[in-house]
Amino acid sequence: MSDVFLPSAEMAYSSPDAQGFFGPYGGTFVPETVIPALTELDAAFREALDDPDFTGEFGSLLQDYVGRPTPLYRADRLAETVGLGRIYLKREDLNHTGAHKINNTLGQCLLARRMGKKRVIAETGAGQHGVATATAAALMGLECAVFMGTEDIRRQSLNVYKMRLLGAEVVPVAEGSGTLADAVTGALRHWVERVGDTFYVLGSAVGPHPYPVMVREFQKVIGEETLVQLQGRAERVPDAVIACVGGGSNAIGMFYPFLRDLPAGKRPLLVGAEAAGLGVETDRHGAALTKGLPGVLHGFYSYLLQDEAGNPLEAYSISAGLDYPGVGPEHSYLKDEGLVRYEAVTDAEALAAFAMLTETEGIIPAIESSHALALLPRLAPELGADGVVVVNVSGRGDKDMDIVREAGLGGE
Amino acid sequence: MASEGAAARGLGRGFPADRAALVIYLMAGYPDRATSLAALHAAARGGADVIELGVPYGNPLADGPTIAEAATVAREGGFGLGESIALAAEFLAEAGPDAPPVALMTYLNPLMRMGPARAAAAMREAGVAGVIVPDMPPEAARPWLAASGGIDTVFLAAPTSTPERLATVGSASAGFVYCVSTTGVTGERTGLSAELGGLVESVRAHTTLPVAVGFGVSGPEQAAAVAGIADGVVVGSAVVRRQDDPFAVEAFVELLAGAVRSARS
Repeated sequence: MSDVFLPSAEMAYSSPDAQGFFGPYGGTFVPETVIPALTELDAAFREALDDPDFTGEFGSLLQDYVGRPTPLYRADRLAETVGLGRIYLKREDLNHTGAHKINNTLGQCLLARRMGKKRVIAETGAGQHGVATATAAALMGLECAVFMGTEDIRRQSLNVYKMRLLGAEVVPVAEGSGTLADAVTGALRHWVERVGDTFYVLGSAVGPHPYPVMVREFQKVIGEETLVQLQGRAERVPDAVIACVGGGSNAIGMFYPFLRDLPAGKRPLLVGAEAAGLGVETDRHGAALTKGLPGVLHGFYSYLLQDEAGNPLEAYSISAGLDYPGVGPEHSYLKDEGLVRYEAVTDAEALAAFAMLTETEGIIPAIESSHALALLPRLAPELGADGVVVVNVSGRGDKDMDIVREAGLGGE
Repeated sequence: MASEGAAARGLGRGFPADRAALVIYLMAGYPDRATSLAALHAAARGGADVIELGVPYGNPLADGPTIAEAATVAREGGFGLGESIALAAEFLAEAGPDAPPVALMTYLNPLMRMGPARAAAAMREAGVAGVIVPDMPPEAARPWLAASGGIDTVFLAAPTSTPERLATVGSASAGFVYCVSTTGVTGERTGLSAELGGLVESVRAHTTLPVAVGFGVSGPEQAAAVAGIADGVVVGSAVVRRQDDPFAVEAFVELLAGAVRSARS
């Protein structure tokens, strides 16, 4: 076991502050109606974290229900293909329901139950968070409504059907482009109306405080396991750790333990892959960190794709989980501080990476996760033939069969 | 207007001592610039005491379908915060010193994109008396308040607000306190909450400012009922629904004004 894995107190990474600010980003910018609910949520969240009954039940569910720890798989054929020494895939796609989202929804639904709420709502883009929320709600006997853009309902009909099977109501949001941002707006509006009896299970590391820090807390198991698994293999600190970033929950879950536990000079290069869609030089992308300016959307301050008048722009990506015009506030902070590098990946690059992993390793990744995989060939020259890289495979690709077929993969 | 003192331009002068004020919400640039300007004059002639001019925004979190759809139309016509301030300036210049004071209702991001200092300077120049920013709670208002001298900032109180929150909102507000009648978004509703009277009293206990009630007031009967409880009645969606016809706006505002004046305050 290598010393550099040991936590280093003097390098402690301590964001956010008590008001939920990561540097200038984050905060609480919402209508007064929901402020008391957020205050109550923050207090309940902090209390729960200090209660061994809560953390114990959460840990048991992650192990016995989700199937954690997820494997850290060494993908040698992939490494050979892209010209790296060793590539490790963190297999969040093997979680129950097929993505990392379930980690967070179990945490939040446990908290909802603890707070005495009988009803949960959620937004969803690709449908993964919706399915994960509906699943946790079914498990805990909570009523569940999932807000989903009409375009995403079209793109992800299988997940819509799954949510209904799980007993959730799927509420279509026709406004705007009918995608993830509109679903968040729909859910927030509904929460303002029903704040008394309803818990909002937010699916990414976005939204007003305490959501970004709460989602990080429930997702940090990804990076914590990865650190332990690397040590268990007597592996060195990797040269790079890659994750895709829409709102940024799988990425922060992976990155945070590396930031917290490793001293600055000993950390791997942390790289977030955001959606370049048809290209960041076009207006059809979701690259908030690459092309956005700081602004407020959905209750928090962060990099945001916006027009001259301050209106949020429609984001686009082939992946329904990444087409969000904002990004989690902690990622904006990490970008400004130079602690994480963010790169934009086009639809075409993601599709090529999707095919590459499928063909070399027999693992069909989500199109979101394919954005992270697409950085492997890009980073390989920089990291060299001995380079060691971890990629978070945040979800599986079953939900994307129609999309990749339409895109012409597999010769159809 | 720039020569007038802050008090003369403030929102407070729209609140008569002997009765409740009628606060009329209109969407800037809806359905087009000329019609929205005509609607502003129509509302003033009809008897509006204060005008709340909505700034079209692409993610109106606190608004129901009527105002959200009007905002979409106005934005397609090129309207944003800058255009809304210019519209207010033109209305106030034309209407003269007796014009009802104008508060801009804008979401926070347009204000931040323009920059608090630049936005505040433009508003002062235009004679705008105040702003209402539904997604800017008092704790998040420091950058704006540092720049907005001479412009009243109205904060919102909600049925869910705790006494501590009401104290914060009451002491941070200037001009009046906007009391949201119900949880939820803007839009017409058929009945008023039975707890509204108690809510207004709780808000009053934490401020010396007038307390205006909005969200869900759809017609003269409700306006009269609210006028019996609060210091101001805000009518929004029901006016915006008529905004493409300034004559209809004037007639409707006259009805509302009559109802508010007949109510005992």
